[in-house]
Amino acid sequence: MTEPIIKFEKLNKWYGNNFHVLRDIDLDVAPGERIVICGPSGSGKSTLIRCINRLEEHQQGKLFVDGVEMTDDIRAIDEVRKKVGMVFQQFNLFPHLTVLENLTLSPMWVGKMPKKQAEEKAMQQLQRVRIAEQADKYPLQLSGGQQQRVAIARALCLTPKIMLFDEPTSALDPEMIKEVLDVMVELANQGITMLCVTHEMGFAKAVADRVIFMDEGQIVEQNNPHDFFNHPQNERSKDFLSKILGH
Amino acid sequence: MSALSYQPILPRPAPRHASGALAWLRSNLFSDVKTGLSTIILGGLLLWFIPPFLNWSLFNAVWTPDVQACRAVQESAACWGVIAEKYRLIIFGRYPFDQQWRPLIATVLMMLMLVASCIRVFWKPWLAGSWIAVLTVFFILMYGNSLGLAKVPTDSWGGLPLTILLATLSIVMAFPIALLVALGRRADLPAIRVFCSLYVELIRGVPLISVLFMASFMFPLFMPPGLTIDVLIRVLVGITLFNAAYLAEVVRGGLQAVPKGQIEAAATLGLSYWQIQRKIVLPQALAMVVPSIVNSIIATFKDTSLVSIVSLYELTGALDMAINADANWKPFKLQGYMFIAIIYFIFCFSMSRYSQWVERQVNKSKLR
Repeated sequence: MTEPIIKFEKLNKWYGNNFHVLRDIDLDVAPGERIVICGPSGSGKSTLIRCINRLEEHQQGKLFVDGVEMTDDIRAIDEVRKKVGMVFQQFNLFPHLTVLENLTLSPMWVGKMPKKQAEEKAMQQLQRVRIAEQADKYPLQLSGGQQQRVAIARALCLTPKIMLFDEPTSALDPEMIKEVLDVMVELANQGITMLCVTHEMGFAKAVADRVIFMDEGQIVEQNNPHDFFNHPQNERSKDFLSKILGH
Repeated sequence: MSALSYQPILPRPAPRHASGALAWLRSNLFSDVKTGLSTIILGGLLLWFIPPFLNWSLFNAVWTPDVQACRAVQESAACWGVIAEKYRLIIFGRYPFDQQWRPLIATVLMMLMLVASCIRVFWKPWLAGSWIAVLTVFFILMYGNSLGLAKVPTDSWGGLPLTILLATLSIVMAFPIALLVALGRRADLPAIRVFCSLYVELIRGVPLISVLFMASFMFPLFMPPGLTIDVLIRVLVGITLFNAAYLAEVVRGGLQAVPKGQIEAAATLGLSYWQIQRKIVLPQALAMVVPSIVNSIIATFKDTSLVSIVSLYELTGALDMAINADANWKPFKLQGYMFIAIIYFIFCFSMSRYSQWVERQVNKSKLR
């Protein structure tokens, strides 16, 4: 077996002193693996993936990302953030910058790339998410689905090894979900490691290598999508699936 | 389903002819009873107030620097002669009379620079260089003591040049301090947070006059003997620190309005703390508080009038000095105040109009 690209070892996290949000998380992610994380609201799914690029810090246990242990060491954090792209529920595009400037920001200021080269790279990524014609607009001039595709392109400009998606379609109008999912499916087929918090079970069935079900800060069940959806083992997963698939 | 009977809407009369003076009056001033009444009341007030004011200020006024003529009409008309007589003292204060071409050139240069800095095509790196050059020329012209110019110590500077110098420098210097203090109040390190909060609360807790007094009279007591810092510089530092505290709170308000997701997104892109502040947070925060920043700048411009209490005679102080010293003209101080009020208004109104343009610029990205 190849060395995991992400490795959680007995990781624990509390918010404040009382709220135990992640409990004894053990998880190995293989390079190129596509994982969908689901579970009820407040179960710790978002917190789990936000630990990977240190938007959240953990208090106990260990977390390795591409061989680097995540600690307070700012250099380790910078190192990892260059390899991990993230897409948020609320897009979080920079409203005062044009689409193109949103994409070239990191290559130019973090990657020290010349402007022209950064713009070429940005245009390639915009073409990849099929939105190149909007390069000179401001984010708020675009629809939600378009904004989320720009956000994906922005993350791809880092040439990341790992992509994290935190409920990327939850803030979208139904008719825009498909355009974003299509882009994500294409990405998944290109061999990038993906961790995706989502309730889009169609997407999970189509691309996931593994589905992880979380509840109350624990990984309750994990399996390949076929078995997870058809033969859930745990009572809580059964209950959850019956609620989201039951209509 | 019940049948709906077909009832054509009756043709309405064509709209009345809606142009020309009468139509304008009707739609703007007499569109209904209430509007009509308030038009009549306000119009009456204006009729009652404006003619006497025009008579007082223009038609019966004395324009020549003739004390006798002014005395004769004192009860019924304005005496602008006082301005004609004293304008050089008011504008340039105690600056030596025969050298006043120097502050004149210096002030014109500074104003040109200020105007240029407001125009977008000049927002280039060399603008900073030009500022240093213009400030150097300003000081050489004003202070002299070189290039064959007689020395004029800073306590003889006065009037409008001093007002503009104090306002410009204290605003320009207060701005970076304000940004750092505002960021500091949100810093992770408690020591920095406490220091910045303490600074803001202390400075905001005292009136500007007491800061100026301390800068002018108390500060020298703590200096080693023999070392003196020019009073103009001490006062400038005082005003700067004072305004920086207010400006810092304005900026902090803007910082708080930038959503946390913006910072997180920038962090995941690998940007450092300072890159995030400079590229993402501050541009958005400052754009949101343009009106409050301009508010502070206008207040600063007018607050410079307080430095006369520490014997620096800027525009307001110079007016006091010019008129109080001359018993003949003292009764006409009101006209003097109206004159400098117009000068202050021109500056402040220009700033306010400029800020509206800036607001339109920074909000362009929000237009659909």
